[in-house]
Amino acid sequence: MKLKILSIILVLNFSFCFSSEKILDENSIYKNLRCLVCQGQSVADSNSDFALTLKSVVKDLINQGKTENEIYDFLAEKYGDWILYKPKLNPVTFLLWSFPYIVLAVGGLIITIVIRKRGKKA
Amino acid sequence: MQKTIKSIIILILVFILGIFFLALNKNSNYDTEHLIGNKLLNIKLDSFENNKIISNEDLKENQFTLINFWASWCAPCRDEHPYLMELSNENNLNIIGVNFKDKKTYALKFLKSYGNPYDILAKDLKGKQSVSFGVYGIPESILIDNKFVIKKKFIGPINKNDLNDIKDIIK
Amino acid sequence: MLSNFGNFILFLSIILSCLIIHYSFNCLKTSNNLIFKNIYQLSLLQSCTILLCFFTLIAAFIISDFSIITVYQNSHSLKPFFYKISGTWGNHEGSLLLWVIILTIFSFLFLILNKKHPKNYRLYTLIIQNFLILGFLFFIIFNSNPFSAIAPIPKEGLGLNPILQDPALAIHPPLLYVGFVGSSIYFSAAMASMITNYSNNLFAKSIKSWVLVSWTFQTLGILVGSIWAYYELGWGGFWFWDPVENASLLPWFAMTALIHSLLVLEKRNLLYFWTIILCLLTFTLSVTGTFLVRSGILNSVHTFANDPSRGVYILVFLSLMIFTSIFFLFTKYKSKNDRINSNSKETFVLINNWFMLFYLITVLLGTLYPIFTDILFNSKISVGPPFYNSVITPVVIAFLILMAIGPQTKWIKNKFENLKYFLLISIFAIIINFLIVFFFRSYSIISNLIIISSLFLIISSTFDIFKKKILNFPRILSHLSFGFLIFFIGLNHNFSYEKDFNLKLGETKKFDNYEFVLKDLEFSQFSNYKAVKGKLKISDLSTNEERTLNPEIRIFDNPQTLTYEASIQTNFLRDYYLTMSNIDRSEYYNIKFQKKPLMIWIWISVIMLSFGGFLSLLRNAKNN
Repeated sequence: MKLKILSIILVLNFSFCFSSEKILDENSIYKNLRCLVCQGQSVADSNSDFALTLKSVVKDLINQGKTENEIYDFLAEKYGDWILYKPKLNPVTFLLWSFPYIVLAVGGLIITIVIRKRGKKA
Repeated sequence: MQKTIKSIIILILVFILGIFFLALNKNSNYDTEHLIGNKLLNIKLDSFENNKIISNEDLKENQFTLINFWASWCAPCRDEHPYLMELSNENNLNIIGVNFKDKKTYALKFLKSYGNPYDILAKDLKGKQSVSFGVYGIPESILIDNKFVIKKKFIGPINKNDLNDIKDIIK
Repeated sequence: MLSNFGNFILFLSIILSCLIIHYSFNCLKTSNNLIFKNIYQLSLLQSCTILLCFFTLIAAFIISDFSIITVYQNSHSLKPFFYKISGTWGNHEGSLLLWVIILTIFSFLFLILNKKHPKNYRLYTLIIQNFLILGFLFFIIFNSNPFSAIAPIPKEGLGLNPILQDPALAIHPPLLYVGFVGSSIYFSAAMASMITNYSNNLFAKSIKSWVLVSWTFQTLGILVGSIWAYYELGWGGFWFWDPVENASLLPWFAMTALIHSLLVLEKRNLLYFWTIILCLLTFTLSVTGTFLVRSGILNSVHTFANDPSRGVYILVFLSLMIFTSIFFLFTKYKSKNDRINSNSKETFVLINNWFMLFYLITVLLGTLYPIFTDILFNSKISVGPPFYNSVITPVVIAFLILMAIGPQTKWIKNKFENLKYFLLISIFAIIINFLIVFFFRSYSIISNLIIISSLFLIISSTFDIFKKKILNFPRILSHLSFGFLIFFIGLNHNFSYEKDFNLKLGETKKFDNYEFVLKDLEFSQFSNYKAVKGKLKISDLSTNEERTLNPEIRIFDNPQTLTYEASIQTNFLRDYYLTMSNIDRSEYYNIKFQKKPLMIWIWISVIMLSFGGFLSLLRNAKNN
């Protein structure tokens, strides 16, 4: 009975999620770009000349219809991967993205084994 | 089994600490000087005098082109200017000057005072076109060949060593 | 004169530490259970000496004695009195003195507060702690001496950086140091425990209060740092996953894991070696963090001025620490046949540790990866907030749910009853989330899950308060506060409104439901800076609420800097956050406006979180 209520509410709740459209949010792009002339600030947060110029360029690119990834690829080609705060997934960064989850999986495995093994002893 | 785990752990720690030692000697400041080898295929610059657009077409006859980003309000640009003047004498090198976020009158005054080394003058009033060249500050210069391949990037004013490097490349 | 005195005191401290080590080794050989009286006296003298040293430096700052390099580089005669004092530890050399103070005071206090525990264990803790103290004293004297003199004596100091003159920044280091420098004592205790085979639940009791103290202060230290970043740095955020921030978070994960595994060691005498590893890991991470921050190998907005020679020294120290710990771990490790039942308490403590390890590895990897790719592949990459948020957030969802379920005992016995109970809570959580989505605005799937799971933890903890007769209130409070923290962060993130635009004087612009007018610009001159204060009227058209915010641009001449002071207007519902900056060669000003809902509750949640730690400390002290 409770399970039924739960599932109905879940469906109701999540159907609302899909109604919001995905618009390209320029601010989230600015947040992913590193200000090259600042000490550890994103383009969104920086007041520097370079940041303002870059924001303007990104706006133009959005108006030209470029997707978020195309904008990142363009800027990474011009300024290097360093300008992107979200590291691209490639052979070099593969370990970065996967290792935490590997640890999670292995950890979970170890715990399950430990509990089962020692649970049996008791 | 235990011995192998222990050895692996020690190896990993030695590895990590070793990287730290090596990193101490490296400079953590970032610049784009290593971004060479790519081709600049979509060159688009506003001409300084009129409304024409300068593109790859205009540059394909050149053996080498040095694209120099400068402005009258930029002090280091004054420092590198004599070297640009010297380079303007080179036969197989054409120099494009991109006047960056500047006023026409000030720019012309600058060139009158310090000399005009540029074969082509361009302007980038808002600084947006410079982004297509990967420019993030001035002065910056990019040396490309006749296939538009970036041979070298200079971040900051050109000094004597840079001058010699350019001369070597364009020989 | 102060310089010579300070140097003398430093040398005296070294001698005292050597004496303590020497007498402790002698005392180990005696067969009785008493520690020599002179060891106590030397230890007390050592603490007093270091404090005297520190006060000497403070005195030098107060009187602006520019013959001392540290004072010259970091102070100025025009600096306000309070900031002259706090400037003492706001620089590399002075903060190292603060390190040593914490190391020595904790050393002394641990000695006298652990009289119920075996003599050898206490002596070895004292010895190892004093080796750590010696290491830092040598570092100070030979590399980073705050009392180094310069001649000729400069007339004025260099240190008037306005960003550093802030109350939050003044207390941030002391708080944080009690946290992660304080973890040194259980590092030493862990080594001592291994050496003397003092490996049962009594060892856990010995260090528990210390772990709680360091955890509480670490939490507060991180909080104050975030509050400072929010108010001072002008970007409206409080956490940037910056390497320096991460350096303070890494020990925190280890400490949290340690608090939980100590519970098991204390009550059930299990997980001994894992607990030892966590004790060693916490301080190791602290020193690693200090290395990353002071050596210059990372690019950050927070870094001290950098000098590679410091890096070499700290790295050597760190390597010695790591290899000594590994040596003892490997030689003393005995596979124990722990009888872990799939009883809730131990299982969920293991689960907590498992998740903490995940967070730790993620943050460590993200922080160190750019260094590795640079050295190994000559490729410079950045790892910033988008990485951490994408990797960590989904896992937090599961973590919150497990945090709620974990503390329930007798999970197996009343399996079905508990299941119904948790289903009921999840229904409540989803309904509340649904109401939020319905009345306000919907958000991404991940955000939905985060809000739901944090509500799950909140409701479950709240019910716990009313349910249980035997109440562990501190634990409930901390778990509840953590739930609220994630809940408020989630709502704040999803309902924040930001607008970045340009305005000139007298101009009005309208965006969405807000109207902005730059009514006035006030130019004023202060003792060490010029200010341009903007008077911006903001009208919220949906509520007819009008507010005036006053962001400032400050122009300092010594050193020549521009700072942007955010105008923040707080209430319990939301913060209005506004910065104004000038645009070169233009009459326009760039305005960044943010409306940040429930901001103050984020701070309150962390305060309550650390208060839970404090209550736990009191409870622990009362029970012993």
